[in-house]
Amino acid sequence: MTSGLVFALAGVALFAMGAAGVLLLAELMRRVLAFNIMGSGAFLVLVGLAQRNDVPDPVPQAMVLTGIVVAVAATALALALARRYQALGGRDELAGDD
Amino acid sequence: MTEPLPWLILLPLAWATATFLLGPGRGAWLAIAGIAVQCGLTFALAGQLLAEGPQPHAAGGWAPPLGIALAADGLAAVMLLLTQGVALLLALYARGYFAPGDQAARHFWPLAGFLLAGMNALFLAADLFNLYVTLELVGLAAVGLVASGGGAAQLGAALRYLFATLLGSGAYLLGVALVYGAYGTVSIELLLPLVDADVPRAVWFAAALMLAGLMLKTALFPFHFWLPPAHGGAPAPVSALLSALVVKASFYLILRLWLGPFAPLAAAIAWLPALLGSAAILWGSWRAIRAERLKLLVAWSTVAQLGYLFLIFPLIAAPGPALAAGVMQAVSHGLAKAAMFAAAGVVIHVTGRDTVAGVAGVAGRLPLTLFAFALAGVTLMGLPPSGGFLAKWLLIDAALAQGAWALAAVVIAGGLLAAVYVFRVLRQAFLDAPAVEAAHPAPPLLEWTAFALAAASVLLGLRGMELLRLLSVGSAG
Repeated sequence: MTSGLVFALAGVALFAMGAAGVLLLAELMRRVLAFNIMGSGAFLVLVGLAQRNDVPDPVPQAMVLTGIVVAVAATALALALARRYQALGGRDELAGDD
Repeated sequence: MTEPLPWLILLPLAWATATFLLGPGRGAWLAIAGIAVQCGLTFALAGQLLAEGPQPHAAGGWAPPLGIALAADGLAAVMLLLTQGVALLLALYARGYFAPGDQAARHFWPLAGFLLAGMNALFLAADLFNLYVTLELVGLAAVGLVASGGGAAQLGAALRYLFATLLGSGAYLLGVALVYGAYGTVSIELLLPLVDADVPRAVWFAAALMLAGLMLKTALFPFHFWLPPAHGGAPAPVSALLSALVVKASFYLILRLWLGPFAPLAAAIAWLPALLGSAAILWGSWRAIRAERLKLLVAWSTVAQLGYLFLIFPLIAAPGPALAAGVMQAVSHGLAKAAMFAAAGVVIHVTGRDTVAGVAGVAGRLPLTLFAFALAGVTLMGLPPSGGFLAKWLLIDAALAQGAWALAAVVIAGGLLAAVYVFRVLRQAFLDAPAVEAAHPAPPLLEWTAFALAAASVLLGLRGMELLRLLSVGSAG
């Protein structure tokens, strides 16, 4: 097992944990954090799998950098919405469906 | 501007930024002028495609993999035409809909511009990773638009939508990572010859993740939970943009992947989307029939109509009109649903009530708006000569040619169910209203743009062949 594969498997595990958090957690703050864990997992897979013969590949590094920018923007939007939602309704959980 | 591809992305980015700098709620005419130019560029692109075939473009002269590759074929051009056309009419509608100083209009124009830039980039992107970035651009702008109403219910819907869309694009990104790990490229063109039926298990997993993530973003049953509150709660121009266009963007991407790199894998799971699509038609129509609120009825109808898009997948591998049926459904539903939300917006604006019961008496007060609603309904039901009729006819044709009787039956049942919820509104409109004063007069601009969208969705059936000829340029796949 190469170190790249270890990184990739850890990334998949992180992604699964994060995705489960986004789906199952109730508190908005925790869901935002879970989304970040999920994103980090995907980035780890991207960088980990691309290491062939221990020579790093620059393309996935560039992709991860772009991905981090997207994730920061998404996190900021989620936090802004969650704060406003909390200020209006006094809750940090989404009300029930329909 | 000899090269329309980059300008279709740069122009909306530029006017979105400019309207943001102009200040809250301003810049409507700048936006409308920008979208009008985009319409012209799209027509130029379509003409170029018909004359010369597909053209790749490397943004800024930087070659892939580090540069951003753009490409347009017939499928992309059809989606671009739909997007700019609907956006132009909806921009005029929004100009009339938002009163000066309306809170919901504060950031409508910049967000709409970023949304259009993201959508155009999505239709033109030529590699899987740039598609991810454009997916996120579209998703974040759309979430901002859903939240623009500003109430707790809208913010709740926006947050629910945000988590759904982030989960969907996250799954897509993990899929991209696995594909890159397996093949060392994310260019759709380079991947085409590399993927065959006996690929490594990681690529199967990647395909499943990407398609599932995109289905979540397209609100395919049972991933539709986020759509009705988000589309039903937003201001009318936003609901129309989201229901008509945004959900089609992720469908377009599914189609691209299905016909492109994942074609060798897709045959094994082709019945699953059709099964979910059938469930969406039945469940969405049922909820629309039962809906109390007018805009929720229209939103549930979107869930149902999106189901048709997924019926084509078992038929698409064989030669036949299945792809044409799917794209025709996407276009005609886009026009009809924009018209229906626009008309519903006028009714709610005038009566001050967002309930199906509140439609009573509208036939006398708003005949043009009601006519627009009915014409859009004609398309959703699939009556001739509408675009919806052409789509469903092509779909039944393809289904019967391959002996898929069940799919044809679902299409016909879906049309009947659509008739039930459309006539539910129309019947109510002709009832006598309790004598209430009109809350607001109906601005003619709103009524006429809603009517224009509805008329376009019906007339599409007569001009469908031109659209299908454009679709066949460099046929995707």
